[in-house]
Amino acid sequence: MMKGNRQMKKITALFLTFLMLSLLLFTSCQTEFEEVEDTSDAYFDVVVDDISYYEKFRDQKITLNIYNWGEYISNGSEGSLDVIAAFEKISGIKVNYTNYATNEDMYAKFKNGDQTDDFCVYDIVIPSDYMIDKMINENMLEKINFENIPNIKYISDEYRFTDFDPNGEYSVPYTWGTVGIIYNKKHVDPEDAKTWDILWNEKYKGQVLMFSNSKDAFAIALSKLGYSMNSENPEEIEEATVLLREQRSVIQTYVMDQIFDKMQLEEAYVAPYYAGDAITMIDGNSNLAFSHPKEKFNLFIDSLCIPKGSRNKEAAEAFINFVCETEVALANCEYICYSTPHSKARELVMESMEDWQKEISYPSAEVLSNTESFIDLSPETNEDLVQRWSDILIGINEDSWQSKAITPVAIIIGLGLVILVILMKIRRNKKRMNY
Amino acid sequence: MKKFFSGCYVALVLLFMYLPIFVLIAFSFNEGRGRVWSGFSFKWYGELFQDKAILGALGNTLIIAFIASLFATILGTAAAIGIHNMRKNTRSLVKNVNSLPLISPEIVMGISLMILFSSLHITRGFFTMIIAHITFCVPAVVLSVLPKLGQINRHIYEAALDLGCNEVQAFFKVILPEIMPGVISGFLMALTYSIDDFVISYFTSGPSSQTLPLIIYTITKKPMTPKLNALSTLMFVVVLVILFVSNMNGDGASCKKSKKKAKKA
Amino acid sequence: MNNKKLRWLALPYLTWMVLFTIIPLALIVVFAFTTRDGNFTFDNIQHAAKYLPVLVKSVWLAALATVISLVIAYPLAYIMSNMRLNYQNTMMTLVMLPMWMSFLLRTYAWMSILETNSGLLNSFLGLFNLGPVHIMNTQAAVVLGMVYNYIPYMILPLYTIMVKIDRRLIEAAQDLGCNTYHVFRKVIIPLSFPGITSGVTMTFVPAVSTFVISQMLGGAKNYLIGDLIDQNFVSGGYNPHYGSAISLLLMVVVFICMGIFNQFDNEEMEETLK
Repeated sequence: MMKGNRQMKKITALFLTFLMLSLLLFTSCQTEFEEVEDTSDAYFDVVVDDISYYEKFRDQKITLNIYNWGEYISNGSEGSLDVIAAFEKISGIKVNYTNYATNEDMYAKFKNGDQTDDFCVYDIVIPSDYMIDKMINENMLEKINFENIPNIKYISDEYRFTDFDPNGEYSVPYTWGTVGIIYNKKHVDPEDAKTWDILWNEKYKGQVLMFSNSKDAFAIALSKLGYSMNSENPEEIEEATVLLREQRSVIQTYVMDQIFDKMQLEEAYVAPYYAGDAITMIDGNSNLAFSHPKEKFNLFIDSLCIPKGSRNKEAAEAFINFVCETEVALANCEYICYSTPHSKARELVMESMEDWQKEISYPSAEVLSNTESFIDLSPETNEDLVQRWSDILIGINEDSWQSKAITPVAIIIGLGLVILVILMKIRRNKKRMNY
Repeated sequence: MKKFFSGCYVALVLLFMYLPIFVLIAFSFNEGRGRVWSGFSFKWYGELFQDKAILGALGNTLIIAFIASLFATILGTAAAIGIHNMRKNTRSLVKNVNSLPLISPEIVMGISLMILFSSLHITRGFFTMIIAHITFCVPAVVLSVLPKLGQINRHIYEAALDLGCNEVQAFFKVILPEIMPGVISGFLMALTYSIDDFVISYFTSGPSSQTLPLIIYTITKKPMTPKLNALSTLMFVVVLVILFVSNMNGDGASCKKSKKKAKKA
Repeated sequence: MNNKKLRWLALPYLTWMVLFTIIPLALIVVFAFTTRDGNFTFDNIQHAAKYLPVLVKSVWLAALATVISLVIAYPLAYIMSNMRLNYQNTMMTLVMLPMWMSFLLRTYAWMSILETNSGLLNSFLGLFNLGPVHIMNTQAAVVLGMVYNYIPYMILPLYTIMVKIDRRLIEAAQDLGCNTYHVFRKVIIPLSFPGITSGVTMTFVPAVSTFVISQMLGGAKNYLIGDLIDQNFVSGGYNPHYGSAISLLLMVVVFICMGIFNQFDNEEMEETLK
């Protein structure tokens, strides 16, 4: 009976937990449902150019699957506009919104079946420049019908017609930005922060953060050497590899999003990162500052694309158009903090910006002339870079005698252990025979 | 004295396990984002309930975890009994197979399942995710039930048979109660594995099956939102309250139930 | 209850495992031995062999974490098994509860505790004019993260098995003149061995292939084999062939480790039975 008692209690506890949590959930689901349905009074969150454009989708029971970076859209928190909800309300289209963490991540998922010819799961995806290039080359994107996107008129041409999509047929720019140096004024000489050399400077040993992705890391090293960031020249890449390997002793840790906390808490003093994020960090800690290096630096563009085989292409185009509505673009730009390619939203956001913020987000044409965008490299180079980068991160130097010795030693130890196990087994079997 | 020391020890281990949780809870009251303290605020709790994405993901997480661990428990318990009755060689072979999902890195399991599903042309979503979760939960159940079976006194089962039980009755009256703690901890473990899994979920999920870990792990472009801390805090409090309540009233209620059971028997 | 009919209960499970574990893993083996065009090759394996040092390091750190977890968890499980039933339930839930909160959020919290300048630990030590200690971005932090994250997987099987130990055996041993040490050595440890085995398996395996902990707590110099696999599959570029080869290597090594450990297990069990 004692045991029964114990089980009953545990099970009750569990079921209660589930009951309560699922209750919470269903109430939330219900509100969601109502909101999509509730369109009787013509009340919408956003002012759009042409409401009839969105109205035509109503009652068609369309579901749109959007695949975006985590936290990369204005989502209603802290008083911002909930873009997805507003779109659902205005068009009656139901949106499934899912996230990915990196371009490669998203690509791996597409490559392995979500986007095979038979079925297409996603209708909208937001990759970066070089990934768009790659996806266009591999025939993974649909051409967009710009008749369905009247708001394209707001998008500045310099972000629409780019190296990765010269005719602007496959993508509509969502955000853009530059990479620069974030540093702590208290501990770092601003003069040092005018060049990528600072990331190799022994003076700041143990206080430097570095990108953990191969693309950005190699770009910095190549640019420091004076080569193109998109270099495919093996010798130049080798030089960059040596440089990055040397850098390891100066680096505290390789990061992506943790950079926000590390810089604001002053756990580290120097890091390369994206301009928009620098504004967020400086807002959090006024000791921080941002500068563009005198060498070339990266300009990135993340664009809305429609993957091949999307079943709701028109609805997807409606969503793209919606994102290009001035009010929506403004909300996104304010929430994400990256620069917007939307000319009107840009004007509006500049009005409320201070000078230092403008300098970071929308640098002058002169500064921007020093930028370079990523393009898709050949698969061989890509693979090579990734391998080199993981070797650098792991700290393997093929030339050192230790790494030459450790492989045979490890194999011998491994074999020795296997033999030991077999011997033990034999000995035991013998023993058993004796009994 | 001995009691005192053991009490201290338990307290210390619990402190180790709960210290980060207290920090996590503290940051749910943070005014700003990330790990930088910028003032006390309840605002994230309010915002949490506005955020359909997070609430929907919470629902998905719980539903998937519950279905998957229920299936895994049934499958795993049956399997454990089967394995226990196998010949020694077969048993160790199956045990090795069982440890495969535990031994292979999660990411490999995830990718391999993704390849499998796409070659079978199964659209990814709830269904595939539940299959994947069952797959990595079952071994945990088997592992926690098997040792229990090893401890059963064989003679009790035989005695039950001798006393006129048929095999099914003997199973439900003797074996099952004996292994029940193992089954329950297996279930709990499966539930826990499932709720916390990101990597495998990531590769087997579709657009309609966003779960909490997926939301958390994909925030790479911004600092973590304290809404997620707030949600964790609420879950923590709910479970704690249930624990407390069930400990207060549990004895009386379950006593009655066991009496009823006794009568039926 | 050696009942042959009961064997068939494992059939649905075996079918499931073949379908969703063995076949997919076979796919990984195929990937490890093929090129992009589907031709057979040993290159991937050769390439992976270069990472043996990392593998050795991962095994070492995971083994350390497992031993520490065992040392911490064993007394705890023993104390738990001797508590009043009420408390046992509470403790069980308390041990499981942290795992219900996202692993990533908890690891973030550890960062807040361990950071050198702003961490809670150093602020606390600062009150007594001690420190600061540098734990963040070291191997110690990685091991700590592993112990913290996987210790519940050690406690639970240990507890499950200890609760089952017949208290009369302990009393009998005491009556026969065993002191506490001998009671542990001769009775409790041998009887709890199955728990130790499954605890060690469930702690060691996830620890050896972890990748988030080392990235977040370990800093630049402590990347592990899990990070490497992650690099090849997801965060670096997409190269499933290399990734598969490295995974295969990891799995082989883990198999060997578990094989050796299970040998001890059988030995110990047999000694007990004698």
